[in-house]
Amino acid sequence: MQERVYIEPKQINKDLMKGLTETPLWYWIAVGCLSLVFLTAAISFGYMMNKGLGLTGLNRPVFWGFFITNFVFWVGISHAGVMISAILRLTGAEWRRPVTRAAEVLTIFSLLTAALMPLIHTGRPWRIIYWFLPYDFSRGIWPDPRSPLVWDPAAIFTYLTGSILFVYVALIPDLAVARDRSTGWRFILYSILSLGFRGNPRQWKLQAVAGILLSALILPVFVSVHSIVSWDFAVNIGVEGWHSTIFAPYFVIGAVHSGVSAVVTMMALMRWLWGWDKYIRPEHFDGLGRLLIVVACTWFYFFIIEFFFGMFSQESPELALRHLQMFEWPYNMLFIIFLLTGFFIPVPLWLFKKVRRNIALMFWTSILVNIGMWIERFLIIVPSLQRKQPFTFVWGSYQPTIIEILIILGTFSMVGLGLLAFSKLFPLIPIFDIKEGQILHEDIQIGRVKVPGVIKD
Amino acid sequence: MANKHILGLFSDIDKPANALDKLKDSGFDESDLDILTDTPYPEGTFGEQHTSHKLFRFPLIGAACGFAFGLLITAGTQLAYPLVTGGKPILSIPPMVIIMYEGTMLGAILMTILGILIESRLPRLIMGAYDERITEGHVGITVVCSEDNVPKARTILESAGAIAIKEA
Repeated sequence: MQERVYIEPKQINKDLMKGLTETPLWYWIAVGCLSLVFLTAAISFGYMMNKGLGLTGLNRPVFWGFFITNFVFWVGISHAGVMISAILRLTGAEWRRPVTRAAEVLTIFSLLTAALMPLIHTGRPWRIIYWFLPYDFSRGIWPDPRSPLVWDPAAIFTYLTGSILFVYVALIPDLAVARDRSTGWRFILYSILSLGFRGNPRQWKLQAVAGILLSALILPVFVSVHSIVSWDFAVNIGVEGWHSTIFAPYFVIGAVHSGVSAVVTMMALMRWLWGWDKYIRPEHFDGLGRLLIVVACTWFYFFIIEFFFGMFSQESPELALRHLQMFEWPYNMLFIIFLLTGFFIPVPLWLFKKVRRNIALMFWTSILVNIGMWIERFLIIVPSLQRKQPFTFVWGSYQPTIIEILIILGTFSMVGLGLLAFSKLFPLIPIFDIKEGQILHEDIQIGRVKVPGVIKD
Repeated sequence: MANKHILGLFSDIDKPANALDKLKDSGFDESDLDILTDTPYPEGTFGEQHTSHKLFRFPLIGAACGFAFGLLITAGTQLAYPLVTGGKPILSIPPMVIIMYEGTMLGAILMTILGILIESRLPRLIMGAYDERITEGHVGITVVCSEDNVPKARTILESAGAIAIKEA
């Protein structure tokens, strides 16, 4: 049921450009707090660079810890954005309109953050230049495309470039709106970025075709990115727990689960903070909640399959790993939290319409999912590496240090700051899309009832 | 003689359709007429011609270029530094496919964006006759004509109910 009310185009401009024209007190408080966390993380990172990776909990055989867990987590979050936007555009879902841009922008900032994690993980990030630019003609050394270390940047670069351009193309008409009601440096900025967009039928038609075409192009990239991230693990034949043949789809669906939940979190925050009640309505949370039930159940099915296929072979190292994950401290505690927060608490709740339409409950359940999904990535990476291998001469375990925790918190503040900065410069809800929804929407009388209808070509 | 741009601004969507018909009946060429709106209306709302485009060719060209680049970079680098790794062939197809796939998709996306800009006739360096009220829900009709035809265009737009007329 569409619960929209008719809003004048002028009012839509005013409401949705609130971020550009007003700076409420909460904005400065949020920027201040997030900047503080970010600064602390930056200092921690600087200290770690100076003293070395010994400041982290990484040690033989656990050389992938919080940083790589966080990398996988943020790549996962980045998946929802474009996926939601692309699928909803391709299927012509009417309730997509206020959701798409926020989701796409979340993709960009989370992907940028994800790309930063392997650099931080190297400990000496400037040396990365010798790795991805080894065009050493004198010695004939070239990058080796057989290495997953080349696949990852290739996939992330493609996805990031595609996502930024996807957002930009859909932003052009709104940049024209911003151009028409701004002065000074903002006018210059929006004039340049809007490329002289005037809104004639040809430009609108190309906008519509571009949305569908780019969605169709970006969806296969989205699937490939997390598949490739999963292969970072899966091609490592020496580690139990990373061998499952369904690792790629398991990672992709896990990414969608956490990503769609992150979009719910963001939508709730946008509604509360910017007061966009007329635009982000309970029906949108209802739609996202229904989508989440399907996604969460699919993800859980893959989780079960991955788990049982691992044990089905009855190989002792695989059984020992599962024992470690489920029954040994602290992983047993994390395992329970992960299952409860990732599936068993939110999904039964989402089955109720009242919960799906309750924005506070949707907000908190979406947060729970992402706590669970972060732990899931940790449980995939660390216990598998910690397993005692026959030729490992040091059998240490992993305990994150305060430096790692501060840097991880810094990444969350970085995404938050990026989104706040975006909301100050560009509309977070597509203005032209909302207006189009109003034009195409009409109440149709059927017998004694009026139902909302949508006119389509 | 330089062409003039005339803009007639309308406050609702019925009058511009009539204005467009009248302009066409008065001998103005359809290619010199344009409709400006703040949101996409269904094609033909104002009685305008259907727009044709060649956007679908762009991703195909981009994909072909991207695939070729991916093939070149993967095969080329392996042949340039033929180091046997893990007993695998120098030209290992499965890892090459990953880079070639990403190259193909990147090429397709980049060319699609280029295609969108070219087909949308963007960037437009000179705005011509324009009014900010268009992005507030008003509809604009622009006429590109010689200076001699300006009075005729103005008269038609005024008679059709334009609330403002601008020249550039």
